[in-house]
Amino acid sequence: MVDSSTIQVYRTSTGLPTGRVAMWWFLASEVAIFGGLIMSFIMCRVAHPEWSEYAEYTVNAAGAFNTIVLLTSSLSAVLAHAAAARREYARAANLLWATVGGGLVFLCVKAYEYSHEIHEGFTPVTNLFWGFYFFMTGLHGLHVIIGMSALAYVATKVRHGKLVEGVEYAGMYWHLVDIIWIFLFPLLYLAS
Amino acid sequence: MSAHHEESFWSKYVFSTDHKVIAKQYMITGLFMALAGGAAAGAIRAQLAAVEPGGTGGLLDPQFYNSVVTLHGTIMVFWVAMPVLVAGFGNLLIPLMVGAEDMAFPRLNMASYWVFFASTVVLLLSMLVPGGGAAGGWTSYPPLSADPAYSGVNWGITLWILAVALEFIAFLMGGVNFITTAINMRAPGMSMWDLPIFVWEELAASVVFMLSVGPLIAGALMLLADHQFGTHFFDPKMGGDPVLFQHLFWFFGHPEVYVILFPAFGIAAEIITSHSRKTLYGYRMVVWSIIATSLLSFIVWAHHQFVAGIDPRLATPFSITTILISVPVAVSMFSFIATLYGGSIRFTSAMLFAIGFFACFLLGGVTGIINGAAAADIYIHDSYYVVAHFHYTLYPLVFMAGSAGIYHWYPKMFGRHLDERLGKVHFWGTMVFFNLVFLPQFNLGMMGHHRRIAVPTEFDFLSTPTALLMQDISSWAMAGLLLVQVPFIYNFFASMARGEKAAANPWRATTLEWACPSPPPHGNFAEPPVCFRGPYVYSPPDRQADFVPQDQPPEGDYQLPQNPIVAPSAAK
Repeated sequence: MVDSSTIQVYRTSTGLPTGRVAMWWFLASEVAIFGGLIMSFIMCRVAHPEWSEYAEYTVNAAGAFNTIVLLTSSLSAVLAHAAAARREYARAANLLWATVGGGLVFLCVKAYEYSHEIHEGFTPVTNLFWGFYFFMTGLHGLHVIIGMSALAYVATKVRHGKLVEGVEYAGMYWHLVDIIWIFLFPLLYLAS
Repeated sequence: MSAHHEESFWSKYVFSTDHKVIAKQYMITGLFMALAGGAAAGAIRAQLAAVEPGGTGGLLDPQFYNSVVTLHGTIMVFWVAMPVLVAGFGNLLIPLMVGAEDMAFPRLNMASYWVFFASTVVLLLSMLVPGGGAAGGWTSYPPLSADPAYSGVNWGITLWILAVALEFIAFLMGGVNFITTAINMRAPGMSMWDLPIFVWEELAASVVFMLSVGPLIAGALMLLADHQFGTHFFDPKMGGDPVLFQHLFWFFGHPEVYVILFPAFGIAAEIITSHSRKTLYGYRMVVWSIIATSLLSFIVWAHHQFVAGIDPRLATPFSITTILISVPVAVSMFSFIATLYGGSIRFTSAMLFAIGFFACFLLGGVTGIINGAAAADIYIHDSYYVVAHFHYTLYPLVFMAGSAGIYHWYPKMFGRHLDERLGKVHFWGTMVFFNLVFLPQFNLGMMGHHRRIAVPTEFDFLSTPTALLMQDISSWAMAGLLLVQVPFIYNFFASMARGEKAAANPWRATTLEWACPSPPPHGNFAEPPVCFRGPYVYSPPDRQADFVPQDQPPEGDYQLPQNPIVAPSAAK
């Protein structure tokens, strides 16, 4: 119904693919969301030295493991991009599924951490630190899920040689998810 | 290239991906919401006119009055200014002005409107839930908005946050489209320095919006968590920080003022050039002033918080940046006024509204410098002086520049002209009554009238005959202001069927939207246009012609501009 009346537009004044231009601006707006959140946390953290005690209860080993998992999953996203550029679509799809698997491992570890912390009696309503902890990691987790969905969707398409440019865009989004975690991990876990 | 295919009613007028239909949807939704916001304004003025000396009288329950004030501010900023100025005119004009068939992402564009429509429904429904609508002001400062014990509102504020969040999502989708269309969809030969000022202004508005709204999205989600899940981000009793929300709000809230200002300036720039037959004075200076305003708009926000308990050492830097931002804005204003100088001015309704916009906005801008100085702000903060100030900026931006734009581009939208006589009634009525509404409010503010009190006469100094007279003038003028919008509403709808038929280029203007028929078909241009020169070539000294459109080939031999552009194709 909708498709039949949509004007298809293919042009580029800058020489860049329009999807890439759009993706960069979209990522910039995502950076603004987490940037505001991270700055708020830092301002509160500086005003509350006692928060270092709460940060002791976060599981550093789990966080470090998750950091490695996310960085590795970004590597497979990059390899998928390279494979798609060589027109090896089946290989690109498999590599994207590997990235999705990395996201899944990340979420499982995060779920273990949450249950551990809640078991210890730390919930989002305990105090401001735990409020920030659950809010920031929760919002990041939501982005992990969105990223995984995008990667999985692109993986099913690219296997048949469709939506090839999507490998790049989903990968860009995944790198953003990755980079945000690189900020959250030291702020919430290590700064004690 | 027009698309030859059958379209059902639903895909043509409702779930359309055509940027012009989406523009009309945004604009008409925005104008409908302006009626709701105007009704709320009428209720506010009626209440303030009906109070008796000694703190008695009044028509509205104070709790309901708070809801009405909140609703008025929220609607006028987010559901009128944004959809009409940014989304309505932006959708209509960006693809036409850059010579494109449609937006870069037509389906994303359609999704943007329908998310916006959902947000409109949620906002209107929020007034009907138990406890009433949000009553914490359009800024929704906690703890007023975070704790139902203070405002008596529970579900109202939750729905309010949801509506605002949906609205932001809609404009983020729109913003991506506007930016990519403006920078990547330009016609062959059209460099960034050939873009009409309106496209530059919309580009700046979209960039500023997308880069400033993030912290408030985070803040709104945190407020929602405080409200529904019992976290304590903004609750001072539990170690939270209410000023943090103010920072997150105004980091977006102040750039938002410029998000609204930019399209209004763009509309005015297009109108004054074509209706005075003059080249825009200092095109590049105007572009640089837009860029400078955009950058400075990110570092002025704390001037809203001089009395909120921020570190006093912050006050001076934010005063300086606030006063500094008036410099690039003034550069734009002076360029526009210099454009008029020596022009062959035609006082059409569009031109009258554009000039009226400059005159009224100037007063809003100048009083802003007074508010921006921390020492002066401590006295006038949260008073009717501030109310008068920002209405002197926003009313001209939204309703005067917005009306100017509607009179100017209505022929392009509907293929017919608005009635000029009714337009002049609309303009002069608006001009007189607008000033009568808000000039007395500067004085009331200096007398100590607080922004959001339902019964100001509780205070002796607001029960004096002078104060009551000013309240009455303001309220009666408000009735007049609402009344003179009636001819406009009639004109808007009646002219769709009965207005004088418009030619493709009725104003003899140069920009590309006038190169296609009025109204343009789906796909806009019969032939993809090619751009040979900058906008605003009016009365060129070396030519006979009164104006030279951007797509008119030069005389003599020429080469077609080469851009890396793939030939556009119509729908499958």
